[in-house]
Amino acid sequence: MKRIQLLPFGEFDSVLLANLSADLARAFSIPSEILEAGPDPSRAYNPEREQYSSTQILGMMSGHAATESCRLLGVTSLDLYIPILTFVFGEAQMGGACAVVSTHRLTQEFYGLPPDPDLLRARLLKEAVHEMGHTFSLPHCEYYECVMAPSHAVERIDLKTHHFCPECRSRMLAAVSR
Amino acid sequence: MSKANLLIVDDELSVRDSLGKWFREEGYDAWGAESAHAALAQMAEHHFDLALVDIKMPGTDGIELLHRIREVDPEMMVIIMTGYASVETAVAALKDGAYDYVSKPFDPDDIAHTVHNALSHRRADQENLRLREAVAKASKPHDLVGQSAAMRQVFEAIETVAPTEATVLITGESGTGKELVARAIHAASPRRYNPLVVIHCGALAETLLESELFGHEKGAFTGAQYRKKGSFEIAEGGTTFLDEIGDVSLKTQTDLLRVLQEHEITRVGGSHPMHVDFRCIAATNKNVESLIEEGKFRPDLYYRLNVFQIHIPPLRERRNDIPLLAAHFVRQFAASMNKHIEGVSAAAMNLLMHYDWPGNIRELENAIERAMVVAQGPQLGEQDFVFRVNRAERAHRTLEDAERAHILSVLEECDGNQTMAAEILNIDRVTLHNKLKKYGWKKTEKTANVL
Repeated sequence: MKRIQLLPFGEFDSVLLANLSADLARAFSIPSEILEAGPDPSRAYNPEREQYSSTQILGMMSGHAATESCRLLGVTSLDLYIPILTFVFGEAQMGGACAVVSTHRLTQEFYGLPPDPDLLRARLLKEAVHEMGHTFSLPHCEYYECVMAPSHAVERIDLKTHHFCPECRSRMLAAVSR
Repeated sequence: MSKANLLIVDDELSVRDSLGKWFREEGYDAWGAESAHAALAQMAEHHFDLALVDIKMPGTDGIELLHRIREVDPEMMVIIMTGYASVETAVAALKDGAYDYVSKPFDPDDIAHTVHNALSHRRADQENLRLREAVAKASKPHDLVGQSAAMRQVFEAIETVAPTEATVLITGESGTGKELVARAIHAASPRRYNPLVVIHCGALAETLLESELFGHEKGAFTGAQYRKKGSFEIAEGGTTFLDEIGDVSLKTQTDLLRVLQEHEITRVGGSHPMHVDFRCIAATNKNVESLIEEGKFRPDLYYRLNVFQIHIPPLRERRNDIPLLAAHFVRQFAASMNKHIEGVSAAAMNLLMHYDWPGNIRELENAIERAMVVAQGPQLGEQDFVFRVNRAERAHRTLEDAERAHILSVLEECDGNQTMAAEILNIDRVTLHNKLKKYGWKKTEKTANVL
């Protein structure tokens, strides 16, 4: 993998986006760049659920994926879902090139708490690294501090770090070097 | 390595796809089936640990599929998925053996926990079963040894009666292995995973026996500081073995009869009867029919206990089992004493074969154990055994004694059939009849009465 590309969907905080780009570059030790805003996500909107289908957004991203040596990460503040679950923080193509993450349920405001920009930045990085990990074919990890630990609730995101455990790291590095 | 194999049964492709993908990210192997029919076809091809089944499907619905899964693979965990949670569907699913039900769409944390808990439950069940099997195997009464016709009948009787709920009366002299037979029946019965409680009735005073059998309430008598469960309560779901039942007083016999009839006990000092689930096996070395005639045993209790009788013949009536038993005990003690003794010398075996063993197998076991302690060589020799019958007495054994023993032994092998025995002995039936008359043998003296 040669670089990471970030593709924003809908309105997104530019500072948060810049920080994420820098954080990802450090986390994976490769360049990261921010692309122009992605296509209109309204096609992925489900009025019944008042949520956006993460799977459809991933579909929209396929055309934007440059080469196999890139990872394309969609970023959005929209509330994402897959049909069978009430929500998702993000979704990735397992072993593919694209992933998407949402800040909708990562903000403290969503849980009725005062804003915490640093916490949001940390949570977004963990979720971004996590979804990127899936694009390297990494499944969930049982080690609770590993970034690949399942994070079905925001408390569990706070519990883990943005680092890979040694086993997941070696698998990730092998995939990055390809 | 996959955490487990999951089968997702739903007629909606989007559900199968999104859930399957989500579970694969969780580290599971997930498969999809669009109908009950397809699910059963998948089950015929692959092994699954858990199925997530949609309750509403065209054709066979989720509840019906749950029934089919229970028949095909009872160990497979099933979680029912419902579109609209309702108490009725939930109760129906859980009643029919589903582990849990979940309402669509699922909260990611909830479904992850539900599946994880179901699989942990399954692993615990499997582990429990493995341990129970291991315990049952380890506690299998391996000391029941014998290949004589009489013992074969005993083994057959155990096999016949074990799976039933019938009360069993085991008769036989002291030391013949009545408790081992009771343990074998329990071990081969469906109650084997529950306790076998042994009560030696002859060893306890009447009041103590009542307390042992039925338990007592706190303060029921002096020294009853705590409430205590009786053996029938402790044996809940298992077997109670009442050894030496012939020694029980008439008062306790009356109480026992009530327990056997009603399956209810009242603790000593208590006032409320309670239901108990147990199977009863009793044993005695006494002739209970004689005790009845003497008025020492209640006939109604005898009929309750004697639903199925197994008589274990004394060792002197199945001498051909002695070499096998001796070899068994030598092996057992060699291992526990860490001694390298291979067996019994021919001369010593001759000695064992001609002794009458009034204490039966227990006496043989003790004799071998003692011999193993004192033995110096690789085999147990004549000098290692000490019997109550000394060599001088053995010297009085005449040719007539030997002939008598041989004839009776052959007759025993033929189950008392004189024509068959005469053929084997190569004498005519009248000669055999005359000899038996001389020995005082009666046809009713069957070596093994297995009713």
